[in-house]
Formats: sequence, structure tokens, C-alpha cells
Amino acid sequence: MNEAVPSYLSPTGQEIVFLLLGAVAVGSALLVVTTKQLVHAALWLVVCFGALAGCYLVLTAEFVAWVQVLIYVGAIVALLLFGIMLTRAPIGRSDDLDSGNRVVAAIVAVATAAVLVTVVVDGFRTAYADLTPGRGSAEALGGSIFRNWVLPFEALSVLLLAALIGAIVLSRTDIRGR
Amino acid sequence: MSPTLLAAAAPDGPSLADFGKDPLWISIIKALFIFVFLMLGVLFGVWTERKVISRMQHRYGPNRAGKFGLLQSVADGLKFGLKEDLTPNTVDRVLYTLAPIILVVPAFLAFSIVPFGPSVWLFGHQTPLQLTDLPVAVLFVLAMASIGVYGIVLAGWSSRSPYAILGGLRSSAQVVSYEIAMGLSFVGVFLFSGTLSTSEIVASQAHGGTVGLFGLDIPLPSWHVVLLLPSFLIYTITMLGETNRVPFDLPEGEGELVGGFMTEYSSSLKFALIMLAEYVNVFTVSALSITLFLGGWRAPWPISLWDGANVGWWPMLWFFIKMVLVFMFFIWVRASLPRIRYDQLMAFGWKVLIPLNLGWILLVATMRVLQVESNRVALVYTLAAIVLVGCIAVWFRFDTVLQRRREDREAQVEAEFAQLRDAPDAGGFPVPPLDLPHYHGAERKEVPSGSN
Repeated sequence: MNEAVPSYLSPTGQEIVFLLLGAVAVGSALLVVTTKQLVHAALWLVVCFGALAGCYLVLTAEFVAWVQVLIYVGAIVALLLFGIMLTRAPIGRSDDLDSGNRVVAAIVAVATAAVLVTVVVDGFRTAYADLTPGRGSAEALGGSIFRNWVLPFEALSVLLLAALIGAIVLSRTDIRGR
Repeated sequence: MSPTLLAAAAPDGPSLADFGKDPLWISIIKALFIFVFLMLGVLFGVWTERKVISRMQHRYGPNRAGKFGLLQSVADGLKFGLKEDLTPNTVDRVLYTLAPIILVVPAFLAFSIVPFGPSVWLFGHQTPLQLTDLPVAVLFVLAMASIGVYGIVLAGWSSRSPYAILGGLRSSAQVVSYEIAMGLSFVGVFLFSGTLSTSEIVASQAHGGTVGLFGLDIPLPSWHVVLLLPSFLIYTITMLGETNRVPFDLPEGEGELVGGFMTEYSSSLKFALIMLAEYVNVFTVSALSITLFLGGWRAPWPISLWDGANVGWWPMLWFFIKMVLVFMFFIWVRASLPRIRYDQLMAFGWKVLIPLNLGWILLVATMRVLQVESNRVALVYTLAAIVLVGCIAVWFRFDTVLQRRREDREAQVEAEFAQLRDAPDAGGFPVPPLDLPHYHGAERKEVPSGSN
């Protein structure tokens, strides 16, 4: 973070790409909830995550970007699609996708977005991160996690482990409650 | 890794700092070379595979088009282009067209980080024989493979056919679960070479280090395949699973699923694209196995004694020879092994490969700590002993439980036999249930098994 703030009126190429990727992410996220086709919703989610990975790449966070592709695009949405296809995967429009709660959901979504945007704008008003390549490499990230953020990392690991064991217990029929 | 070590490693080949300096036209030449290499590789790879597998089965294989049938794949490709492109009536047209493209593009992109050789002089520029390199290049390959899964799933789903959708689901589950084991088998390599960039992984295999064990300096072999043999073996298995090759080619098990996810793709260019993507994926995993475990473009031992073996254009030849050998292994496996069952495949991936891999990573990490920080040997040994004792305790616990279950089951079978011995009309042996579905005439419904 340095103090010299470049003007907003003459954006660099990186900034333009970043803004475009952000627009793609928001647009595809809107399409996820508005499309009438179930499988297409999952695919728009892929586009959204991909655009997010692109944003990370522009911010020189290479490791995070490819992990985002690997885990969110490659595993999580693939499993989502898998679930949809195993249960029901109609081709074409389905008319029963709209939930009765959609007005409330929209209000909550807009409110959350407003809170996040105000916090970010307020917190980093004129701060400007310079983008030197190499800061987001696996080495830098690993050093940062295991030097400064070991405790949150370990807490998250324990949480994930608990979720894993919970999934095993729930899916096994030969373990009965007492 | 200290800076002096990095500086010493520089003459072993290009490192990350050597990339991103090419003029655009050199990058275009390299990209074009990779494209042509892969296309020709697929054309003659298909021919080699058909020919070799035929000879292994005492057949001749293709021998009509051109000398030795060399032009057979070219003829097939032309035929694919000339056939009518049938599109079934109810498919999701956009995704049906998009799926083969989603399969092909990442397959080609993944090859961009494969090192073919060291730096050479190309039209007055010194440039590494590799299109590009990233600090996280190996992750990039995995990410591309995981995007390729979408091609399979969408091809299966958009065809609107039960066989295709079952094939697509099988394939996606298989590829996603074998990708985990594959990623874990890379960890040992990362621990030993200290980087995820392919060019530096190749450079790290130039010289074996030494390990000080009990006051002795034991030299370590330079290629990772020797030191990390379990990782390499697991990678070899997962690369067969990841590319849907025999013995893991269940997605297209023709006995049960017709052609799997590509059933509805008539023999047109779309089908050709799917086949192209499969072969390019095979080449990618082969190249990755060479880069990570088999020394990359470095010459094997007797040749490496010659000073000129690892400089200039020669390494491309070593790389190509290694590539051919790994591809031959694929063919050999295809000719020898039967297809395994789906539940066996998943159980093998999740219950054998992944736990084995995790245990091996623990061992490798311990060895690395001993190698790097020799002042904390006592602590490491204590922790290792505790882990070992804990593992043995857990194993004993499971073993006793399993033993008890086995004894229970044996006692149950024994009791059934005793009961049957008292009933001579049943023959004294356990017989199949007598309530299997029977035909009871046109009026009565069929009686399913287990409903009594």
C-alpha cells in the first residue's frame, strides 16, 4: 500500500480488465438466480467462479486463482451438477424454479452487498495496492499462512475434519444412535 | 531454499526468471510447434496404438492406407470431416456443440507448460524450449484437467440419452476422485524440488542431493522416480484413471453403456474432437510424468556422461523418446488388462490410493525435515515415534474389530450349516432363495425377490 494514488480517470489496462471481469462475475451471478434452466444455472455459476479466478490473476494472486479454478470450478460445481443430474436434470425451461421467498432473498442480498461495499470503500478509501508479480506465489502464501495465520488455519482444518467425519457418520447406515 | 542453492541450480536449465522475455513471434512459433506436435502425435499415436495392439493380439492391424497403413488416421480424419453431422432432435443444441470444444481447448492449453528442453538460440534469441512457465504450473495442469471434466458431463447431459448421461456421470465421478489422488502424488515432488514450476522441477532433477544419516553422507539419485517410487506408481495408476484409459475406461464401457457420454455424437467432426481431446490428454499426463518423475528432458544415465547431452537441441530427442516409451506403456496396459468394475474403481481410488498417498506424504515430509533442519533431529524422531505408535495402535484396534466381525460371520455360517444339516430335504447345503421372480401365467403379477 503506498500513498500516491493514481487518478481514477486514466485507468490502466489491468484496471480495465479487472472491472470487466467484475462485471462478468456480477452478471453471471445474476443469471444463476434468474435463468429458467436448472443445469444452465450451474453453468453460469462456473462462469462466475471463472471470472473471479480471472480477478485474482489480474491481482497477481496466481496460486489462489488456480486453486479457485481447481476447487470451485473443478470440484464443487462438478459435484453440484452431479447431484442435479442424479436427481432430475430437465432439458429446457422449468417453471417451478421460482421460490416464494425471492423478494426477501433479493432484499437480503442487496443489503449484504451494500454493507460489504460500504465497509470496503470505508476501510480502503485511498489505499492502493501495487501489483508486483510474484507476491501471490505458493511460497509467499505458504509463508504467510504458516507464520502469521497458523491458528485460524488450524481451526479451519479442525472444522473441515469435523464436517468430514459428520458426513461419514450421516451416510453410514450401520452406525446407529444410542 | 537458500539463495546460494538457487544460484547453483541456474546452469541446470532455465528457471522461472527466464520466461516472459520472448518477443511475440517466438511465442507464436512455440505455440504453433506445440499444436503441430500434438496433432501429428495424435495422428501417428492412433496408428501406433492400433498397430502395436494388433501385433500383441496376432493381427496385422491397419495396413491398407499408405505404407504400413501409416495414413489410416489421416483417412479416418478426412472421413470424419466428410460425414453428415447428425444432431438428435431433443438435445440442448448450444451445450451439445460446446461440449467437444470444452474438452479440446483445456487439453491443448495444459501442454503449454511442458518443458521440451533447455535454452537454445532461436533466430538470434536465446529462449527456453517451453511455451511458458508459472510459479504454480503443475496446479495449472490440474485446473485444466478439471475444466475438461465439464466437457464430459455436458456431452453426456446435453445428448438427452440415458446411456450418455450415465457415462457422463460415471466419468465425472471417476475423474474428480482420481484427480485428488493425482494431486496428492505430486506433493512428494514439490517437497523435494521446492517449487511448483515445471522448468525448475526439471532443473532440480539434475543432481541428487545427499542425506546425512547417522553421520554418513548417502548420495541420493537425481530422478524423482527412484526416490519417490510410491508417488510415481500411484501417479501411473491415476494417469490411467484420469484419461479414462483401460483398465479404467468405464465411461465408455460398451458392454453396458454403448459408447458412454459420446454415444449420441455421430461419427462427425464433433466426435473427432472428442477423440482428439482424449489422446491429447494422454500425451499431457505422459509429459507430466516425464517432467515430474523421469527427469524431464534430461538424458538418462549412460548418455548423460557425454557433456553435450543436456545442452542445445539434443534434449528434445530424449524427451521424445521418453514420451514414446510412456505411450507404449499405455498401449501395453490396454492390451493386457481387463476393465475393472465401477465399485472396485471407486473403492480403489478412495480407500487405497488416497490413504496410501497421505501416509507416504507424511513419511516424505519427515525425511525432508531431517534433511533440512538437522538441529532438531531429536524432536523429529520423538514426534515420528509417537505417530508410528499411534498408527500401530489404531491399526490394532481396527484389526481386532475386523477379526471379531470375521469370527461372528464364521459362527453365523456355521450355525446355518448346522441348521441345514437337520433339514435333509434342502440337500444339507445352503441353496439359492426359492423366491426369485417366476412367471406365474398371464393373469398374475410377477413376484419379485425378497417380498415374502
